[in-house]
Amino acid sequence: MEIHDAPAFPGDPLPILPGHSSPGRLERVLRAGKFAVTAELAPPDSADAAEVYKRAALFDGYVDGINSTDGSGANCHMSSVGVCALLTREGYSPIMQVSCRDKNRIAIQGDVLGAAAMGVTNIMCLSGDGVQAGDHPGAKPVFDLDCMSLLNIVRTMRDESHFESGRQLDSPPRVFLGAAANPFVPDFDFRVDRLAKKIDAGAQFIQTQYCYDLPRLEEYMKRVRDRGLHEKVFILIGVGPLASAKSALWIRNNVPGVHIPDDIIKRLEGAEKQKLEGQNICVEMMQKVKEIEGVAGVHVMAYRQEEFVADMVQRSGVLDGRTPWHPHQNTQYNHNL
Amino acid sequence: MERIYNGVEWLMIKLDPMWRAIGYERLDRPVAAVEKAVKGLLFDCQMCGQCVLSSTGMSCPMNCPKTLRNGPCGGVRSNGNCEVKPDMRCVWVEAARGSRKMREGEQKIQVVQLPVDRSREGKSSWLREARKKIAQQSSGGSDGNS
Repeated sequence: MEIHDAPAFPGDPLPILPGHSSPGRLERVLRAGKFAVTAELAPPDSADAAEVYKRAALFDGYVDGINSTDGSGANCHMSSVGVCALLTREGYSPIMQVSCRDKNRIAIQGDVLGAAAMGVTNIMCLSGDGVQAGDHPGAKPVFDLDCMSLLNIVRTMRDESHFESGRQLDSPPRVFLGAAANPFVPDFDFRVDRLAKKIDAGAQFIQTQYCYDLPRLEEYMKRVRDRGLHEKVFILIGVGPLASAKSALWIRNNVPGVHIPDDIIKRLEGAEKQKLEGQNICVEMMQKVKEIEGVAGVHVMAYRQEEFVADMVQRSGVLDGRTPWHPHQNTQYNHNL
Repeated sequence: MERIYNGVEWLMIKLDPMWRAIGYERLDRPVAAVEKAVKGLLFDCQMCGQCVLSSTGMSCPMNCPKTLRNGPCGGVRSNGNCEVKPDMRCVWVEAARGSRKMREGEQKIQVVQLPVDRSREGKSSWLREARKKIAQQSSGGSDGNS
């Protein structure tokens, strides 16, 4: 898939196509019906830009968007806005995660404008993990907004060109709006309702929590299809390699919202090389979710295994031979999307 | 519970001429005190001043440690308890259950709630709703909130 309207410099925005909200490549890939791959970048505990570029380069040629986390797990790292600013300079397509935990509506709306001005074209609206989960449990939790009101506010900024207060914007942020979903925790009946509500609030793409339970995902997607929601939103399923049976158990017991069934843990226990088996499970999961009707892509969260993302995506074959654009390809800039 | 709640709302609207005679502003503090006592006892009310109980299955979303007003976060434990407070039932698991028992609960819980106006904290929600309903009755509109 080629694009013929690429700007002279990779950091510049693409023209916005009819029916699109953003000048970004991720939206183009999804709307063109391609199976998309996104990956999560672990922001460094560092003030060194080279660290960010080193981590982003691991995904070169294998992802359509790079999620920049916003204090994920309530741990302090380089800010999401900062990481995104660096990435857009090189032409990468970041997905800026915004959590409601640390900033109020004044700070968040300012960040949205700043990020869009720097070339961020995708924003992912999250409520955020509670402060008790992270390295600063004594911090004040803000939660002025929740993910739903945040979606609604950013959509209003984009489509109606005003702040939550009603004050007009001179130039609106052209962003593709994302949200999270967790099909794997209670209340299961309400989870699909909640997805519908997020779409109403403005979500255009969804990245889910880690999927280790295929039957539960299939059940969820069936309900999604029954309501036609897969035609209103692009759903990317979260996947990731587990390092060992021991770490899987730890994650299950300590990380909020991650559901890992016993059979996955047994399979890891029985494997000679548990780390490799964890990656094999991840590769199989990518292949299997691609077969589910209504799934638009995968979102790879390979915490502390980022260097294996390219290999896992390659092995899964989910890109169907497509090479997503990256700044280090020696071919012409406009050859691949 | 839903009926009692609607009854209170009806009463508040019926008493509008009296409220108006006394003055809504002057009434806010005493009514808020009564409201806090009653709803504090029944719902652990946090006096956000913009009550959405009838849209949240009568489970107060301001008791969610993240004060989420639009549904559960992704951190709900497999037993239906809260991510932040492991011994507490998730406010939104309760809300989903409660809304199924209510007449319009399942429609109302789907309405996207806008951010809270923090300047209304501690003020009476009953008086505000009564005034809003009266204004709507005279203009013929409705916004679906409590």
